[in-house]
Amino acid sequence: MTEPKKIKKPRGKARVVTGKCVACGARCQSACPVDGVEMSEAGEPLILVEKCIGCVKCVKACPAGALEMFYTPEELEILAALANKGEEELDEEELARRRLVDSYRGVWVFIEQNSGEAARVSWELTGVGRELANSLGVELTAIIIGEKIGHLADEAFSYGADCACLIDDRVFSQYRTEPFLDAMCYLIGKYKPEVVLMGATGMGRDLAGAVATRVKTGLTADCTGLGIDEKRNLMQTRPAFGGNIMATIMCDRFRPQMATVRPHVMPMPERRPGATGKVVTESYTISESSIFTRVLEVITDKSGKDKVDVAGAEFIVSGGRGMMAKENFGMLEELADLLGGVVGGSRSAVDAGWLPQDRQVGQTGKTVRPKIYIACGISGAIQHLVGMQDSDVIIAINRDREAPIFEVATYGIVGDLFEVVPALTNRLRELKEA
Amino acid sequence: MIVVACIKQVPDTTQVQIDPVTNTLVREGIPFIINPYDTHALEETLRLKDSHGFKAVALSMGPPNAEAALRKALALGVDRSILLSDRVFGGADTLSTSNVISAAIRRLMDEDEIGIVFCGKQTIDGDTAQVGPGIAVRLGFSQLTLVDRIERIDTGARTITVRRKLEGRYEIVEARLPAMITVVRELNRPRYPTVPMRLASAKAEVERWSNEELKLDVNSVGLKGSPTWVSRIFSPQRAQGEILGDGMNDPVAAALMLVDRLVEGDLLAV
Repeated sequence: MTEPKKIKKPRGKARVVTGKCVACGARCQSACPVDGVEMSEAGEPLILVEKCIGCVKCVKACPAGALEMFYTPEELEILAALANKGEEELDEEELARRRLVDSYRGVWVFIEQNSGEAARVSWELTGVGRELANSLGVELTAIIIGEKIGHLADEAFSYGADCACLIDDRVFSQYRTEPFLDAMCYLIGKYKPEVVLMGATGMGRDLAGAVATRVKTGLTADCTGLGIDEKRNLMQTRPAFGGNIMATIMCDRFRPQMATVRPHVMPMPERRPGATGKVVTESYTISESSIFTRVLEVITDKSGKDKVDVAGAEFIVSGGRGMMAKENFGMLEELADLLGGVVGGSRSAVDAGWLPQDRQVGQTGKTVRPKIYIACGISGAIQHLVGMQDSDVIIAINRDREAPIFEVATYGIVGDLFEVVPALTNRLRELKEA
Repeated sequence: MIVVACIKQVPDTTQVQIDPVTNTLVREGIPFIINPYDTHALEETLRLKDSHGFKAVALSMGPPNAEAALRKALALGVDRSILLSDRVFGGADTLSTSNVISAAIRRLMDEDEIGIVFCGKQTIDGDTAQVGPGIAVRLGFSQLTLVDRIERIDTGARTITVRRKLEGRYEIVEARLPAMITVVRELNRPRYPTVPMRLASAKAEVERWSNEELKLDVNSVGLKGSPTWVSRIFSPQRAQGEILGDGMNDPVAAALMLVDRLVEGDLLAV
């Protein structure tokens, strides 16, 4: 106990960086231990300098880099003098948390299936899960829960899974939240995976939200990008703040790290028939009498036969506000027919009643990645862009050169769509007939 | 019996723009609205109030100015509006949000039986669809997401039958009450407030519950209770494409150039 008295490290004060705040929801205020942050009506912080103790919590909490520390010149001198000193020590609690986090290993993909038929998004996730597992140097496991689903194990191997974990029981013949939630939580408790991926479908979102709440971990919805950082943590990128900007979300202090991804966001991995892997069969069941939910009937959409599948189409001709009226969509139909594609639209077009809701492309509609996406009279709000920006080729036809749609377009035509589209249709028809 | 509508006040994200110079959100003058999906949750609680005589309660967690959304709910006819607001609730992700809302619903359960908790299927600002399931799991309620029709409610047998709208199909599902239901827009058409109701709501009380009432561990709410955090935000960078010809003055030539590019790239099926 004869250590020399340390020079006290100056703590400085927090301050706001002008123009960077995104009004994220008062994270800084919530982080402040001394009530030193007031929020304006617009949701921006005001630092009460006399209260600030320089703990840096608000700065760390800010997702937008809108807060920084500042020091007086005297404080800066002391800081410079201290700069060559050693590292800070970790407390006991932090070490325990790190040990817990480290005890989770492996990447899981939940294979969504209906009557033994897997949803395509599950294999798209297997593709991205493979990359994550490779980065982490761990196994990729396909979690398959249902009745008579054994055959899906081979399919999972063919798309890159190392291992398939099966729960095959009558009680899982149809998806219901309670039994699937119990089964998933049982498996997570037993095997402790570090990453769990699910499709952002009706079923996937129903299950993922329930599982994350019960195991008390983080869940990031609708990721458009997934990667691993240098500390083995999952970096989850998604549109945020209403889709106006992208955010990278971390869940570094909790396990498993859970994420959902919408269909068609990730590319379909190449299928390697004959690939093999390890099958683990779990004999887990729940008594039917303890479940209080029953699926009485499943009605396949009656319009199913002639229903247009925008999400799966290879060619999409989309119309927006610039189409002016419902009647004008006939022009797009003609072009789409010629290409062998379908007609979609922006939220404005759907809200105006020009197209049914299931044709909507974008954040609140479908995510698409066709070979060619032709946007006619669509300005390109980011909510629309996030739903189609991964298309192989994007063609924008719009009168306004400044429209954001041109920022994602491979080819753009600045002009009147009522002239350009018919010209395009005529030229394609000539080619076809030639 | 109480029916609860969970609502959120959100910026009208369709009106948010990005400043092209600073790459930040321009939020000046952007109006706040009730999350559109939540207006359908609200409408359904009001319909059940009308048809079954249930007591309708609107709940919202948010900053003090979220009171405006709850006042609108009063104008539409809910019996009570409660704002869950406290500094320690700020910066919450979906896990800590469902914790606060569930605690408030538990507090209501001390007063009367809860029948159904309605939520919109998702918000237009967060788009996660996670808070509803979070509430259901925390309270042990039946979880029924994406409901577009209520078939029947049997208060005697304590069951509810609904239709769920899924990809390409519908499911008719029967579950036990109490239930947490997330609703899609097809469920109903929200009513408008009458002028007398609107006037009355201006004076009506929006209750405010802070953590003094809910008594939650401060480490389980707000930013501290959130496993997820935003490490970085950015505007997506995109490669510039090619503008073809002069579409304004010669649309036909521009169209021909486009077809040539597509043929060169072997992109056409024709």
